[in-house]
Amino acid sequence: MGSLEFTALIFAGSLLAGFLGALTGLGGSFVIVPLLAVIFHVDIHYAIGAALVSVIATSSGAAAAYVREGYSNIRVGMFLEMATTAGALVGASLVVYLHASVIAVIFGLVLIYSAFVSFRGGSPSNQDKGPDRIATWLRLDSTYPTSTGLKSYHVRGVPMAFLLMIVAGVLSGLLGIGSGAVKVLAMDKAMGLPFKVSTTTSNFMIGVTAAAGAGIYLGRGYIDPGLAMPVMLGVLAGSIAGARALAGAEVQVLRIVFTVVIGALAVLMIYSGLAGKI
Amino acid sequence: MNQGITMNSGPAQSDKRIDELMGLLLRSGVLLAASVVLVGGVVYLARFPFPAFNYRVFQSEPQSLRTISGIFNDAIAFHGRGLIQLGLLLLIATPIARVTFSVFAFFYQRDWKYVVFTLIVLGLLLYSLLGRG
Repeated sequence: MGSLEFTALIFAGSLLAGFLGALTGLGGSFVIVPLLAVIFHVDIHYAIGAALVSVIATSSGAAAAYVREGYSNIRVGMFLEMATTAGALVGASLVVYLHASVIAVIFGLVLIYSAFVSFRGGSPSNQDKGPDRIATWLRLDSTYPTSTGLKSYHVRGVPMAFLLMIVAGVLSGLLGIGSGAVKVLAMDKAMGLPFKVSTTTSNFMIGVTAAAGAGIYLGRGYIDPGLAMPVMLGVLAGSIAGARALAGAEVQVLRIVFTVVIGALAVLMIYSGLAGKI
Repeated sequence: MNQGITMNSGPAQSDKRIDELMGLLLRSGVLLAASVVLVGGVVYLARFPFPAFNYRVFQSEPQSLRTISGIFNDAIAFHGRGLIQLGLLLLIATPIARVTFSVFAFFYQRDWKYVVFTLIVLGLLLYSLLGRG
């Protein structure tokens, strides 16, 4: 295969991955890594390196929009980024010591969990349990826009969320994903943030977390320009289109269908990992 | 009308301005990075339209594509792969620029706790990009 055909194929796959990633809310990595590793037989290190770079692009682009809308809680994001970046450094360093098939199996399991969380959707509304000592000290309480004006909320469960964010960071660095599901779990369940705030703040943090992992990957030589180029451009373009589709039409059914499809990729990854094909 | 905004309209106001600047920074960073990657991609494919690289077996990238100085030299020589790598480096630098911006924003707000937090995040990011271990 010539490099032109190879690039075109990878670009098309990445376009699809970005589109599905945005539509399902799972992120493009969950499609592109299995696609590269299982279908195109790309070494999983290269696949994860390219995916991690595309994560920075999509999340930074989306975060730019959310930050301006006023949903993201910047203080919560900045505070928890200490946990996610530290975790990402550990995760990215672990890649060297883990066999490709082990990474594939962990990837599949995290993908199943994420698809499950996305399937279940957001919890209706969190009960505000009033001011919390640590959250007040950290000035985490804030407001978010609703149809009836700004609504204020209190934050709780800071230590638990911090621990979960370390896990999210490790997974991001290890698997080349945004770890949105774990981040939302930490902010939605542990901290009791309103759903829209936790999802947008998670997105805000993903770029920084991924950059921490990507720095290590670049230095270790896991980021190949010939591969990362079509992946990054494809996933970015695809996710912009996916976000448009999500805003424009009633896509609930499509979301469910594609979440199941992506779930099947998880099974493929685990099987390939266990069979030693990766 | 609503307590959120009357309680702290001062910081909320400057927070809003900071949010807008941050959004602009992120958007321009991604746009710039993607453009450089695209140009690099065109140069790369125009010069090497023959057998694709073998990605089945992992071999680490050469030094010139792993270190910041190496990438700059390769990009200045107008090598496709070097240019792409420069674009990816700009992409990695975008969140780092955002965190650096936050350090100054919290400094401007005299929010010392968060100046320290953002400096820690910045230190971890710089270590990841510059530290070699």
